[in-house]
Amino acid sequence: MLEIKNLHASVGDKKILNGINLQVNPGEVHAIMGPNGSGKSTLASVIAGKEEFEVKKGSIALEGEDLEELAPEERAHKGIFLSFQYPVEIPGVSVTNFMKTAINESRKARGLEDMPANQMLKLIREKSEMLEIDRKFLSRSLNEGFSGGEKKRNEIFQMAMMEPKLAILDETDSGLDIDALRIVANGVNKLRGGENAIIVITHYQRLLEYIVPDFVHVLHDGKIVKSGTKELALELEEKGYDWIKQETVV
Amino acid sequence: MAYTEEELKKELETKEYEYGFYTDIESDTFPKGLSEDIVIAISQKKQEPEWMTEWRLEAFRFWKEMEEPEWANVKYEKPNFQDISYYSAPNKKPKYNSLDEVDPELLDTFKRLGISLDEQKKLAGVAVDIVMDSVSVATTFKKTLAEKGIIFCSISEAIQDHPELVKKYIGTVVPQKDNFYAALNSAVFSDGSFCYIPKGVRCPMELSTYFRINQAGTGQFERTLVIADEGSYVSYLEGCTAPSRDENQLHAAVVELIALDDAEIKYSTVQNWYPGDKEGKGGVFNFVTKRGICEENAKISWTQVETGSAVTWKYPSCVLKGDNSIGEFYSIAVTNNYQQADTGTKMIHLGKNTKSTIISKGISAGQSQNSYRGLVQVNSRAENARNFSQCDSLLMGNRCGAHTFPYIETKNKSAQIEHEATTSKIGEDQIFYCNQRGIDTEKAIALIVNGFSKEVLNKLPMEFAVEAQKLLEISLEGSVG
Ligand SMILES: Nc1ncnc2c1ncn2[C@@H]1O[C@H](COP(=O)(O)OP(=O)(O)O)[C@@H](O)[C@H]1O
Ligand SMILES: [Mg+2]
Repeated sequence: MLEIKNLHASVGDKKILNGINLQVNPGEVHAIMGPNGSGKSTLASVIAGKEEFEVKKGSIALEGEDLEELAPEERAHKGIFLSFQYPVEIPGVSVTNFMKTAINESRKARGLEDMPANQMLKLIREKSEMLEIDRKFLSRSLNEGFSGGEKKRNEIFQMAMMEPKLAILDETDSGLDIDALRIVANGVNKLRGGENAIIVITHYQRLLEYIVPDFVHVLHDGKIVKSGTKELALELEEKGYDWIKQETVV
Repeated sequence: MAYTEEELKKELETKEYEYGFYTDIESDTFPKGLSEDIVIAISQKKQEPEWMTEWRLEAFRFWKEMEEPEWANVKYEKPNFQDISYYSAPNKKPKYNSLDEVDPELLDTFKRLGISLDEQKKLAGVAVDIVMDSVSVATTFKKTLAEKGIIFCSISEAIQDHPELVKKYIGTVVPQKDNFYAALNSAVFSDGSFCYIPKGVRCPMELSTYFRINQAGTGQFERTLVIADEGSYVSYLEGCTAPSRDENQLHAAVVELIALDDAEIKYSTVQNWYPGDKEGKGGVFNFVTKRGICEENAKISWTQVETGSAVTWKYPSCVLKGDNSIGEFYSIAVTNNYQQADTGTKMIHLGKNTKSTIISKGISAGQSQNSYRGLVQVNSRAENARNFSQCDSLLMGNRCGAHTFPYIETKNKSAQIEHEATTSKIGEDQIFYCNQRGIDTEKAIALIVNGFSKEVLNKLPMEFAVEAQKLLEISLEGSVG
């Protein structure tokens, strides 16, 4: 599904990613953990095609196709979805209108007609119920005045609406209380299985109790320094990141 | 949202100013230049009564003594007023009983503008009075309106058929010597619309006019007079497009609104004059005086979407003369490339318990300059006057400018005045967020701009809101790259 080879990326003179290798197969869930500033969000942005970051070396391929030349919206059309760590506000644009535009633009790119209104409505109803989102919430301006938890839940709502092939969740758990966490995780797990793949970026083991990963990777200084199974997350929780940092120094 | 994606797609594919074509119709054009003789000739041409000719001459004499205003935040090469022709009318028969009689080329023009009369007739509730250059060439729905006693015709016709109304009200809101352009307009106005709603009548349809500049080098001097008698209601729509020309074209219109006791007038404009090309060459100069007067308990709302013109100078205003009267101003002004706009409103509170609301949304892109200039004036007699003003600016890129000049003058301590202003920028993060959801940059900007403008778009009648959204998209194309 996703194949990242020796990826180096920087902003201006600052090198942030220093040779990432990652292979994600259909149906898998990968967790990426690591201390603040280790490059997790940058990796997510680079996969999504944010132009601010310059890819210096290496490659990213989705289903065998090199992404280098593709604009962010084209990557989205191919099924990449990013749940943002810090979702932005778009005043005056309702969640519903935003979703309608996003879905229809993606359909257009695939040569499909606009989704009929009643079908859209049905989809919205289904996904908002699943994530226990109040319908009134959907008429509010996108992310404007949303609490941290509402923003994250809204990101997952969008993911559910768009049914991406590859979903990258960047610290989706931060800001969520335990009940919300359970609801959101349930939404994510619905996407799981079959062909879809998920990358979960998190600091905490807590989320991984609900979304159980097949693999866990530790990112440090823009490099994956350790990979393992879900037990690695537990170990990190117990010992912190220092021992990993020390290991890499050695 | 009522627009279909297909429509939007089509619009987005048109990169150049889509109404930039020129219709070749023989015209009866006066020699260039302005003098008393020309003023008299215009008046004679239109077979006006003597009082009208005199009124024009009086205005001309004021104008000769006046100077072009310098204070607006716009820079442009001043028009040479002796190098303009002050009258032009399509040469063919000026009045038509049916569409068949209309010049086919003219009809074609209307079709390309998307306002074919056939379509318009079907569009329930919209009567169209089209001003092609200077003379009205088509009016529809007159009969339905006549049944209610509503008069909706060209101002030339009104001068002939309803002289008592015109004489009573013309120049009462915008006097001849009000300002340089108003004086010029008063002297040479060629045509425009007239509307009278009798006492207690609710006009059953939106009245609309489409304006269009056509003849090369011809100035346009429209004059509009709307009178809503006691307890009546009317919603009036004005929209305009112009063909692209290389030389600058001057447009100096005057609009006067009179809302008598308990009457309400809604006046909506979507303005799309040719803005000039990407280098700032050409484009229309739009110097407009729009003002309304409210008697007791009356209400006037101005809603405008300004996307065109090389230079815009325009301040739709309300004189809140009667007690408990209400004035509203909702505006979206977009500037791109080298456009300059200096626009805003004046709310003059004279009566007690008068209330005004100002919502202004300025969007600047390219190297354009967008200024809001507003005056809220509360007279000593105006007990308990209230005003709320909100001016929001949205910037795209680093080379454009947004400026806000709010002036507040109060002579009554009981006045409550609130002013809020914000400036924001379309952020790369916002665009990337949209991109990530599969929305390309052009569309993302349209989405963000429509969201920013929503409070004002919501004030427009439905058909106009759709049109206005499309215009916003077209006028901001290619503004981020
Ligand atoms: N746009 C940017 N300009 C400069 N430095 C950046 C930029 N984005 C991220 N960085 C830096 O790159 C490093 C990794 O950041 P980030 O990917 O956000 O880390 P994480 O998500 O793991 O906390 C940090 O040191 C951060 O300051
Ligand atoms: Mg991060």
